[in-house]
Amino acid sequence: MIGILASVIDGILIGAVYGLAAMGLTLIWGVMNVINLAHGAIVVIGMFALYLIAHSLGLHPYGAVPLMIVFGFVVGIALYWIGVHRMIGRSELMSLLSTFALNMVLIGLGTAWWTTSPYNVQVSMPALSWRGYTFTGTHITAAVLAVVIAGLLYLLLYHTRIGKAVRAVATNREAAELCGIPTTQVLAMAFGLGVALAGVSGTLIATMFPFTVLSGEAYQLKSFVVTVLGGLGNPAGALMGGIALGLIEGLATPFMPVSWIPIVEFGLFVFCLIAFPRGIFSFSKA
Amino acid sequence: MRKAAYLLAASVLFAAVPAFAQEAITIGFTASQTGALNNDSTAQMRGIELWRDDVNAKGGIKAGGKSYTVKLVSYDDESQNTRVQQLYTRLITQDKAQFLISPYSSGLVATAAIISEQYGKVMITTGGALEKTYRLGNKSLFQLYTGGNQYLAGALQALKEKNPKPQIAFIYEDDPFSKAVVAAVREMAKKDGDAVVTDESYAGSTTDFSPVINKMISAKADALLGGGHYADGATLARQLHEQKAGVKWVTLLVAPDSPKFAELGDAAVGISVPSQWEPEAAYKPDFGPTVAEFTKEFTDKYKIGPAYHAAGGYAAGLILQHAIEKAGSIDQAKVAAELNAMDVTTFFGRTKFSNDPKEHGLQIAHEMVLAQWQKKNGKLVKEVIWPKEAKTADPLY
Repeated sequence: MIGILASVIDGILIGAVYGLAAMGLTLIWGVMNVINLAHGAIVVIGMFALYLIAHSLGLHPYGAVPLMIVFGFVVGIALYWIGVHRMIGRSELMSLLSTFALNMVLIGLGTAWWTTSPYNVQVSMPALSWRGYTFTGTHITAAVLAVVIAGLLYLLLYHTRIGKAVRAVATNREAAELCGIPTTQVLAMAFGLGVALAGVSGTLIATMFPFTVLSGEAYQLKSFVVTVLGGLGNPAGALMGGIALGLIEGLATPFMPVSWIPIVEFGLFVFCLIAFPRGIFSFSKA
Repeated sequence: MRKAAYLLAASVLFAAVPAFAQEAITIGFTASQTGALNNDSTAQMRGIELWRDDVNAKGGIKAGGKSYTVKLVSYDDESQNTRVQQLYTRLITQDKAQFLISPYSSGLVATAAIISEQYGKVMITTGGALEKTYRLGNKSLFQLYTGGNQYLAGALQALKEKNPKPQIAFIYEDDPFSKAVVAAVREMAKKDGDAVVTDESYAGSTTDFSPVINKMISAKADALLGGGHYADGATLARQLHEQKAGVKWVTLLVAPDSPKFAELGDAAVGISVPSQWEPEAAYKPDFGPTVAEFTKEFTDKYKIGPAYHAAGGYAAGLILQHAIEKAGSIDQAKVAAELNAMDVTTFFGRTKFSNDPKEHGLQIAHEMVLAQWQKKNGKLVKEVIWPKEAKTADPLY
């Protein structure tokens, strides 16, 4: 019994980070109808950012988190103008292809630079032990930071003018333009935000586990599942969805071989696509 | 008159040139310079290169009155089977390699073996313990490592000495080598009636072991046998420590043998590893360097101590050289015949290949030891703890 509880708690902790990763994907998807297939590559950028910052700049690993948010935002805006701007409003296939190409380029550059060998950043944090089970400090810190960042995003979206502009553009771009909102710039910022979220989730993941240039793929897949669970374009839903996914993983693990968990996850994914096409937590579009 | 003199001088030069020309023998292999197998494969490659340097410094391989310089041709297989397939074909057809050495890791060795057998080229395998590869009807494979089925036998025996009724957890990588090793020790445990409380495999790319570690804690395991290769083994060891799993006996495959494992610090203490060779081994070689000579040369050149992967690489070259020299020729069939007849001891230990066509090339004389990381005067060192005849320290429990 305690074992199951421990597994569930661990799952929820990781789930919060899944949720943060998915928030980036769902924001971009919801605001500009672009499915960002470079999401995984950006998570990897976040991971390597931690490695570079911790090793070269000698900063404390968690100092990389705010740095990554800023850096991710800037990179996101740049990527928007390079690969996404001209695809807005066109058929979804075009933005899929464009972000896919972006993904290939980023992974290719990353492989050329760092090869596919594993990298690791050792982060020591005090752990919490309970009845023989230990929850590592890095897991707990990552989950807490994920929730904090999600909270900040919520504040941005619902209590600032910029956030209002983003929501306006997401609801109806033409109407927003008519209201005098510079929609192109808002779109670029939203993309930047999405990339920042994906990148910082990579940084947090790197504090917990070793990684390679190809590690982003697994998290991209999980982000799609979470986005479906949480509803398109709904960042709060994404966090909920992430935690739900972590919970499901934690609940299933004690009862079956660990290698079966992806079957459960993706079975759920297919079920949700069929039964709840708008997402379980979606109340309205955007 | 002048013209004739020049012609005479030229013909003398041309006659003299073959006497100075050194023929080369091309040996091909791939190494995982990138990808998850990078750590141990690089060690193996360094062993092979050190052997080449030693041989060429002494004038090359001497066979049939000729001296052959050793030329190594190698490529990066990126730890991928598909690349091994492409590159070994290239080594044979384009680079015209006369002999082959295998890549590192049983999975890649199996793929390379398909290609080498297709073209009928002699291949010395090192870094590959999986026995099944030699039971598929080969003619030219020669395995240097002790077979995988023996890997955890010593560990189980050593464990039972400390704890006659262990609660065993098998947590191992989902690849042919690790699965075969655990299958063999599972049989042994079953025969002895030992309790196996956890039995889980994980994908080699796994980085989050907390679910399976939690399961192991729930099952109250006190001994863990498993692991896979370096990347996953090191991560598993680290997370076992972080989660205070409290397992009293941990034996992991491959990973703890690398000197890099010491970077784990306290997480490494007490972890044992089945090893093909350790620098403390007391073998007396029939030819080639002694254990001490090899260890010193390797450490001087690469500024890091050799683990068994490096030793295996060097030994592969050494065994091939010996076979060519005894055969007196570089003809495939003659060299293969010498390898089949061989029963020698080098710094790596005893080497004898099976001639039974059902398992041709399987290593039948080499023995394994169990090494363990212990703290001596505040520093992390690897001690041999099993078998008793070879041990340098008592096991930590």
